[in-house]
Amino acid sequence: MEETTIAAISTAMSASGIGIVRISGPEAFETVSKVYHSKGGKKSLENVPSHTIHYGYIYDGEEMIDEVLVMAMRGPRTYTGEDTIEIDCHGGVLAMKKVLETVLKNGALIAEPGEFTKRAFLNGRIDLSQAEAVMDVIQSKNEYSLKNSVGQLKGSVRKTVQQIREKLLYHIAYIESALDDPEHYDLTGYSEELEKIVSEEKEKIQGLLKTAEDGKIMQEGIRTVILGKPNAGKSSLLNLLLGEDRAIVTDIAGTTRDVLEEYINLNGITLKIADTAGIRQTEDIVEKIGVSKAKEMAADADLILYVVDSSVPLDENDEEIIKILQEKKTIVLYSKTDLKSAIDIEYLKSKIDQPVIPISAKEETGITDLEEKIREMFFSGEINFNDEVYITNERHRQEFLKAVESLSLVENSIESGMPEDFYSIDLTDAYESLGRILGESLGEDLVNEIFSKFCMGK
Amino acid sequence: MKNLEQFFDIIVVGAGHAGCEAALASARLGLQTVMFTVSVDSIALMPCNPNVGGSSKGHLVRELDALGGEMGKNIDKTFIQSKMLNQSKGPAVHSLRAQADKQAYSTEMRKTLENTENLTIRQGEVTELLAEDGHITGVKTFSGATYHAKAVVLCTGTYLKARCIYGDVSNYTGPNGLQAANYLTDSLKKLGIEMFRFKTGTPARIAGNTIDYSKMEEQFGDKKVVPFSFSTDPESVQIEQKSCWLTYTNEKTHEIIRANLDRSPLYSGMIEGTGPRYCPSIEDKVVRFADKKRHQVFIEPEGLYTNEMYIGGMSSSLPEDVQYEMYHSVPGLEHARIVKNAYAIEYDCINPRQLYPTLEFKKIKGLFSGGQFNGSSGYEEAAAQGLIAGINAAMEVKGKEQLILDRSEAYIGVLIDDLVTKENHEPYRMMTSRAEYRLLLRQDNADLRLRKKGWEVGLIDDETYHKLQEKERMIREEIERVEHTTVGGSAEVQSLLESQGSTLLKSGTTIAELIRRPELNYHVLAPIDKERPELPEDVCEQVEINIKYDGYIRRQMKQVEQFKKLEQKKIPEDIDYEDVGSLRIEARQKLESYRPISIGQASRISGVSPADISVLLVYLESRSGHKH
Repeated sequence: MEETTIAAISTAMSASGIGIVRISGPEAFETVSKVYHSKGGKKSLENVPSHTIHYGYIYDGEEMIDEVLVMAMRGPRTYTGEDTIEIDCHGGVLAMKKVLETVLKNGALIAEPGEFTKRAFLNGRIDLSQAEAVMDVIQSKNEYSLKNSVGQLKGSVRKTVQQIREKLLYHIAYIESALDDPEHYDLTGYSEELEKIVSEEKEKIQGLLKTAEDGKIMQEGIRTVILGKPNAGKSSLLNLLLGEDRAIVTDIAGTTRDVLEEYINLNGITLKIADTAGIRQTEDIVEKIGVSKAKEMAADADLILYVVDSSVPLDENDEEIIKILQEKKTIVLYSKTDLKSAIDIEYLKSKIDQPVIPISAKEETGITDLEEKIREMFFSGEINFNDEVYITNERHRQEFLKAVESLSLVENSIESGMPEDFYSIDLTDAYESLGRILGESLGEDLVNEIFSKFCMGK
Repeated sequence: MKNLEQFFDIIVVGAGHAGCEAALASARLGLQTVMFTVSVDSIALMPCNPNVGGSSKGHLVRELDALGGEMGKNIDKTFIQSKMLNQSKGPAVHSLRAQADKQAYSTEMRKTLENTENLTIRQGEVTELLAEDGHITGVKTFSGATYHAKAVVLCTGTYLKARCIYGDVSNYTGPNGLQAANYLTDSLKKLGIEMFRFKTGTPARIAGNTIDYSKMEEQFGDKKVVPFSFSTDPESVQIEQKSCWLTYTNEKTHEIIRANLDRSPLYSGMIEGTGPRYCPSIEDKVVRFADKKRHQVFIEPEGLYTNEMYIGGMSSSLPEDVQYEMYHSVPGLEHARIVKNAYAIEYDCINPRQLYPTLEFKKIKGLFSGGQFNGSSGYEEAAAQGLIAGINAAMEVKGKEQLILDRSEAYIGVLIDDLVTKENHEPYRMMTSRAEYRLLLRQDNADLRLRKKGWEVGLIDDETYHKLQEKERMIREEIERVEHTTVGGSAEVQSLLESQGSTLLKSGTTIAELIRRPELNYHVLAPIDKERPELPEDVCEQVEINIKYDGYIRRQMKQVEQFKKLEQKKIPEDIDYEDVGSLRIEARQKLESYRPISIGQASRISGVSPADISVLLVYLESRSGHKH
């Protein structure tokens, strides 16, 4: 049986406004009791019977966050086999995030990818015959999360984290060199210098933490990719969607993908939308790269907008695209309806088993239908935005918090006159917390730094 | 032709620091043991620096002593200067270092070996290992003799295909001109063992009467010497000590070196072995740290039997004439006469990832190894492994459980785990920064950590063990007492606090709370601690450390709890990683080649991710079937 208590949002984060935060582990009841207030304010969750539902509120200190239903279940008759509490949140995505954050603040740890499933298995709640499947889930969730956590980290954040780590590593190595070779490196007066550095670096991390709290380390949104042959009307569609009445959330400059990415907000639903190179057979090398990137992006997309030029008959390039669409949520846009039709819309509907919407950028028709369709798919849960991004964001936030705490411990040690060897213990913890954000571990970093920066040994 | 044939329980190959500990452990555990050496006169030889201990290495010696090893006792008998390093820092990094009389060290160890029952010392070169069905059966020597045994411990140090080099001169000898062992490597390779080639070096020895000490800083030993061994009477080590001397290289030295780099075998490509970064040659330091104006040079006596001085910090493989020029540029060495040249040495060693943490080869049952042969460096690292390899060879022959120390129990555990688990491409040296739980792994509590294990193994006698239990009891009771002894703001208390520059009391507190104040300690509080019993100094020390650093210690103990959980999840020896679905290919290959004994060890292999570990856990669970 595990000893930690973990939490995560266990439903997809759709804008439907209802979602579940799940807490599992020996301290699930204790943790949630700290933040749950019943209507009358008297009921404590700690002693309620198992498998009961309770109405009430989640509070972060004095602040009421959400009106909720709490399902209290004691192990072993739960999904994970452990004591489990599920908080059914009503106040939308933001409230759900706040509820999770509050639970984390009160002692739960954020769940690793696939961890609920892993626990369920290890506690005998999942059949032995499914072991293989469980292992697949863990591995694939982890790969997905890794791709997110490293790939989606903004360039500037990554750079700052790296700089802080370099600085910390240098000072850990300096202290350790002095401990290993005390006749060579002297630490007299060093603690004042270190105190200054620690406070500077701590401030930088707090800056990052604020960015994380604003949710800006990584952008969340439904990953939407516009596909189509060259000149099918893809860019016009994007421009139309980006029209004046629609807010551009942000732009990502310098993405390595060479694909234009924009954030747009359709009545509260964020789309991270990418316009891609037109897909066609080509010998041109540059264009080839663009095409293969477009295919790559389509594979990762939550939603594809396939633009078909209705004035030109379908050809082998369309066939190519339709192959990509398989098993992807797609909306087909029957574009350029202002021109003479060369494709029968009913034929198109039967060929691709996905919703088809006629649209004309020139006459600005069909765009409302598209918005309506996207909203409908989102609220019905057909598409959801990628909650892993949010979870990863939250994981990063937790690591920043830990790093700040470790640096505060260094400050305490310096203030209370502890010997220098104590500093490097907490400095190393901070270094490792930041490393987890970048997906890097301490490994031989320290030993390498000692040998490369400090001349050691007789 | 009829050749000699003999039978033993255990064969130890090599009589250096690892070999001595291995042979002593095995013989003391009652097994008929033979120890081979190419020269009986080189037993426990110190071919490089004349000291034992130092930062983190001192920890190793203390741990070895607590387990029943010999190095600590031997250096206590033969040291000529001793220092506790890092005394101004925390207790975890205090470390003992002693200068040895090299000849006395060697002679004393030889006497101990000669007077140990069940132990045969034999001069001769082992040239071949004999194995059947993946099981060691004995060795053959150069003379053609066959020695049969149930286990073999290889401690060949730097002797395998050794080559000593300076300038364009190279000699196929072991250290100090001793005969190299040129055959064993091929026998190992035939058994499928992967070999590495490493390099290390040593500075020149200079005639003491040609050194001008007036130009150097004198370095004294500690006024009150602390012995290495927990069994040594502290009074017996308060001897008259010899001094060491400190001088520096300068720009002129560096110029001479730079001007002759093309004649260095390191840069000409003549040396192929991988050298250690922590113990660079002076030419390496000058090249890599070009902005440093000077480097320290420590002049250390080789012993009382000679006037030879060891030139610490200036190891080199430059040609003879350059060595002369370069040493002469150092203040105090202007007229120095070289007795022995500095040289680099190359040798064969194994890739230690082929060993279990017991130091037994995964491929060959009954074959163990320790010391530089395993890719480490240093006398202390060697001795520590030798002891563990010797103990485990003996345990195997006796059919008893083997001894594995983990990373939370001892520096020895860190050392061995690093060797057998981590990629390493240079001779491995112990460092305090390698021990993640170092607040717990102090040199002062090595006996409390390890005596019991030594006793369980059979190297520590009942009386010594009972003494330790008594010490534990006293520490426990005294901690309990000071945690619950309260003092108020009486005039006596306040005046004591004032005299120590400590804040006065506003309300009552405990003696323990006062000990935690940085400016106070256990001893200064004696006058206001009325009920304090008379206790031995080592008990008081433990009480003080445990109370003063209580918060930090508890944090590390909590981390250790987590760590232990993974260490205790054992991986069955017969696991087939091909069966574990969903493992990434890289992880599968690594796990297959390392074959870790526990989930904990698996998690430390580079290239194995936390998700792979989860997958492995799920697999192990499904294999064993759910138990409820």
